[in-house]
Amino acid sequence: MTNFQVPVWGYWMMGIGFAAFIGLLIAYIHKNRGFRRPIFASPYVLWLVIFTVIPCFLVAYFSFTDPQGNFTLDNFKSFWDSNYNARKALNPDDLALYESMGLSLDDLGLGRDSINIDTLVFSLWMAFLCTVICLLLGYPAAHIMADREFKLGPTLVILFVVPMWMNFLLRTIALMSLLEDNGVVNNVLEWIGVGRQKLLNNIPAVQAGMVYNFLPFMVFPIYNVLNKMDYKLSEAAMDLGCDKWHVFYKVTLPLSVPGVVSGITMVFMPAVTTFYISRLLGGGKVQLFGDLIEAKFLSTSLNEWNVGSALSLLMMILILLSLGLLNKVDPEGEGGGMI
Amino acid sequence: MKKIVALVSVLALCVSLLPLSGALAAQEVVNVFNCYDYMDETVFDIFEQETGIHVNKMYYTGNEDMMVQVRVSPGAYDVVFPSDYSVERMISENMLAEINMENVPNLKNLLPGLLNLDYDPENKYSVPFMWGTVGILYNTKLVDDPVDSWGILWNEKYADSIFMIDNVRDTMGLVLKYLGYSMNTREVTELKAATDKLIEQKPLVKAYYVDETKDKMVANEAALAVVYSGDALYSMDLNEDLAYAVPMEGSNVWIDSMVIPATAKHKENAEKLINFLCRPDIAQMNCEYIRYSSPNAAAIELMGEEYTGNATINPPQEVIDRCEFFHDIPDKYLTLYNSFWGQVKNAR
Repeated sequence: MTNFQVPVWGYWMMGIGFAAFIGLLIAYIHKNRGFRRPIFASPYVLWLVIFTVIPCFLVAYFSFTDPQGNFTLDNFKSFWDSNYNARKALNPDDLALYESMGLSLDDLGLGRDSINIDTLVFSLWMAFLCTVICLLLGYPAAHIMADREFKLGPTLVILFVVPMWMNFLLRTIALMSLLEDNGVVNNVLEWIGVGRQKLLNNIPAVQAGMVYNFLPFMVFPIYNVLNKMDYKLSEAAMDLGCDKWHVFYKVTLPLSVPGVVSGITMVFMPAVTTFYISRLLGGGKVQLFGDLIEAKFLSTSLNEWNVGSALSLLMMILILLSLGLLNKVDPEGEGGGMI
Repeated sequence: MKKIVALVSVLALCVSLLPLSGALAAQEVVNVFNCYDYMDETVFDIFEQETGIHVNKMYYTGNEDMMVQVRVSPGAYDVVFPSDYSVERMISENMLAEINMENVPNLKNLLPGLLNLDYDPENKYSVPFMWGTVGILYNTKLVDDPVDSWGILWNEKYADSIFMIDNVRDTMGLVLKYLGYSMNTREVTELKAATDKLIEQKPLVKAYYVDETKDKMVANEAALAVVYSGDALYSMDLNEDLAYAVPMEGSNVWIDSMVIPATAKHKENAEKLINFLCRPDIAQMNCEYIRYSSPNAAAIELMGEEYTGNATINPPQEVIDRCEFFHDIPDKYLTLYNSFWGQVKNAR
């Protein structure tokens, strides 16, 4: 990205946003005749405005403008057709010349290409799979950890938490070294007679990396709910003649729904925006929507930032929609406490 | 007697402190903006000792990053190290100051073949710092065919044992070269042909890496890899089964230069530093540290057989002759490149 400058009205926008914030603050103080407790939230609100609200507006601004700052919908057309900008860059004269040579746009490799949509669908599918696997692995784990009769429960909790003290990139890079063809895992596999497997640079490797990274986000909300659950309810159910399966099915499972919903949100959101994990474990051959956006922003060509913003905006809308859906199921947000 | 000795030594101390206090009063500085790990920094200590000019070190990650920084903070940098095509763009955008070559007498040490090139035809703005090639690093235990053509990257024998560079210009460039086109083409049909070739190759590729390649090659993870010559040397030092070749169809040769931004505040100090970095012994220190090829003939003479006998760092003239420089491609055409590269990366 070479010569981007915040347009004059961009500064105005930020200025107005800031002034509005201060104005609201003053009005609030005035209305309450002095400092009340909510006033202490203002540093956080300011933080939120600077690092969340303004960036969101910038993303929206970029996605509806071209590099010169004029309004345009081309960035969204680029989402629909990834060759849109390339076709626009071509001289009409050249295009006419190619046509006279009998070469159509498809022959030139510049026909409509649905790369962005395909990748988005693929990302959603990967995120869905990741969420299901995390749920299948995470629910039993959380259930065991919250079990009062299981003495090692607290130890398990610590074992889940400790890896999170390390940066996830480091853990993923370590995973990459472990899984490579001459890596530790393959050496062990050969030693026990299974033979070397292709464990890296494919879609399952990326999926494994996602599950590995996001599993704690599923386990802890569920654990949290199960741990706080009144054990007497289970006892009562057993007194009334339920066997263990019925207790789980009739009491524990319904009570843990908020935790499950929260876990699904916590896993699905980062999973659908995953990037970098896919590059490290997929060897640059597996592209997720996040990688696509990243590539747009790291590109040297000028208009790619705008297209990247449009892609981000669409993704944000998608996530908002799914959050709204989930909120219908868990209106009190009981599940998320721990993280 | 004792008193006289004491008096003399006090006087001597004062005299010796004088230049120091002078230096403290008006410390001369030069602001250097360079890639990470792209300089043997003991060199700066020597420079400071000899000239009394303090070197402020600042870093960037790549050409594009550097251009943004130089543009948004005018006057912050005095010496910068862009690659050929970035020099070209910076000249065209009037971002560079003409260097007064009278202040850089050590320019005479440089190889004449690396001066007055297309990106700076009269050599007014830039002085070469390091250069290198792009080629194939291969494992002699795993490859039994001769590695003399890019075509070996399409050989199914080496399926799942090839690393490519995850970078649009490098990778598109080598395919264009393989197909007999220019690495700087703006012709859609040629780009389309290169794209098809890369999509055809994709099932054979083990991974598209940038920085990971050199370590993976040391660990015998693949038979063939496209690398920069400096990365090749790094890997070859650690694994003696590895060898490097520049294919006969030609490849990319690049030069990183020293330039002075038009907004620089310490232009004379910058010229002093550039001249200093062209001094044979200093150029030798840098070459031995960075492990790319040196543009400095006098330094090469100092390094002797160790340098001249190494074809990777010192490719013969005929290799250089068949290589091509990258030129700056306008954004408009870069969009084309990016679109085609996207098709390669997303091909299933």
